Amino acid sequence: MGVTLDKEARQGLTLLSPTALYALLMLAAPLAMVVTFSFWTQNYLDIDTTLTLDNYREAWSKPIYQVLMMRSLRISLMVTVVTVLLAFPIAYYLSFHVKKRKALWLFLITVPFWTSYLLRVFLWKVILGFNGVLNTALMQVGLIDEPLTFILYNSNAVVLTLAHAWAPFAILPIFVALEKIDRSLLEAAEDLGDGPVRRFFRITLPLAMPGVIASTLIVLIPTVGDFITPRLVGGTDGLMIANMIQIQFGKANNAPLGAALAISSMVIVAAISLVIYLVGKKMGGRTE
Amino acid sequence: MTRLGKYLSARWLAVYAVVYMLFLYAPVVLLPLFAFNDATIISFPLTGFTTQWFTVLWETEALHAAVRNSAIVAISTAVLSTTLGACAARAAARYKFPGKRPVMGFIMLPLVLPEIIVAVSLLVLLMQLGMSLSLWTVILGHILICTPFSIAILSSAFQGLDNSLEEASFDLGETRWGTFRRVILPLVMPGVVSSLLICFTISLDEFIIAFFLTGTDVTLPVYIWSQLRFPTKLPSVMALGTILLALSVILLIMAEWFRRRSAKKQGIEASAGGFM
Repeated sequence: MGVTLDKEARQGLTLLSPTALYALLMLAAPLAMVVTFSFWTQNYLDIDTTLTLDNYREAWSKPIYQVLMMRSLRISLMVTVVTVLLAFPIAYYLSFHVKKRKALWLFLITVPFWTSYLLRVFLWKVILGFNGVLNTALMQVGLIDEPLTFILYNSNAVVLTLAHAWAPFAILPIFVALEKIDRSLLEAAEDLGDGPVRRFFRITLPLAMPGVIASTLIVLIPTVGDFITPRLVGGTDGLMIANMIQIQFGKANNAPLGAALAISSMVIVAAISLVIYLVGKKMGGRTE
Repeated sequence: MTRLGKYLSARWLAVYAVVYMLFLYAPVVLLPLFAFNDATIISFPLTGFTTQWFTVLWETEALHAAVRNSAIVAISTAVLSTTLGACAARAAARYKFPGKRPVMGFIMLPLVLPEIIVAVSLLVLLMQLGMSLSLWTVILGHILICTPFSIAILSSAFQGLDNSLEEASFDLGETRWGTFRRVILPLVMPGVVSSLLICFTISLDEFIIAFFLTGTDVTLPVYIWSQLRFPTKLPSVMALGTILLALSVILLIMAEWFRRRSAKKQGIEASAGGFM
């Protein structure tokens, strides 16, 4: 290759090569394949390999896909905001107020996440249903006279369920960022006359920003691709783009269109993520 | 004001933390409740105690096949991803070489990529190659998503290694392989076990990739998904979920124990957040 590598670099590369090769074959190649696929067309079982933009034209212009895409983004953004807002105080509490047994708290936070994802989603259906746990409890207490119906089979239910599913992923990055904050900075701010609120917004939050951005992206990107939660608790108004992708690869048997939808949603999410990253970096960087 | 304010905010945060934990555990707590409940529908009030749903599981042949399939997939995934993870973690921790950051970044990509994208792109490739779907195709997908977790766990184990131990071993005449087997491996062993357990647990519970890439042999989550449609099957699904929950918790506690032992061995304080 013309570039001479020293012994250490060669050893490192050799050691990394099996894993890198696997990622190349099983990740890079499939991703390249799916991109190619999205420019092909399918008629029943025959794949037409003429390159065309037809799938993208259909994905971007048909109302049903537009509606699903907008809804997916809206739900995912809402899930992200709810999850991160709910997670921040917990991470803050763990980092600043829990002195002993931090590891135990973190362990307890991660345990529910390791139980079957399918069953967790299904159990939310049990909790939120017409004759569900929540409605029965509220009626027995006498808070409501008839079951609440706005809590299941709509986007609210999807947001709640996903906020639950991604909670540990949001808490941990924020916690790590808060742990890294040099406590003497907070004392300095206090000595210089900052009240607790001012101190929080001028010191703690900007310094925690990398963690907040990390958890925002960790929650946002995968939720766009979820199809189990919308299927189980979303009803017809809560279906998302991933459900359509799954249908195209399954029943509808139009994999190229499914590929175009998948790539379109990834491109949009990547663009949104980039904006969030840049804005967050600016907000966090102001104090430096 | 500040002292009182501090006390109040700490108080509120503690209350909030407890409420939040209730929210996190709400669905999980219901699982054993309904698994032992003597009613065919999943709702309150509970009617009585029974273990019949567990007996049903014992007698369901299709479930046993799914358990066997899942065991094959999860064990293969755990071993292969930990092997790949160990190579990458060791390379990243020990050596300097050009292109380390982008290559490592790409290997870690499945952590943030939606699983449906991983599943769909692998499916397209396999279709084009004309490969038929089987448990092996599921394993291929699972290795992809488990390897980053393995690297994350093993990185800290390899980073804590003291290079002078390795040099000492060379000076004493050990070969590279001998040094690896007799010096490095024992030191990182707890991390390796922790990685095996975590990868096993992830693979055992993974649904989306298994759903797209499985052939006629289904894994446990795919089996559960098929059962969720039948209301009469639900109580036994709850029983199954309870067993899985207990199994995951035991595996996790073991993984955490091994991880801490690995940290202690290397004299690092067992810090929190090892799973992520």
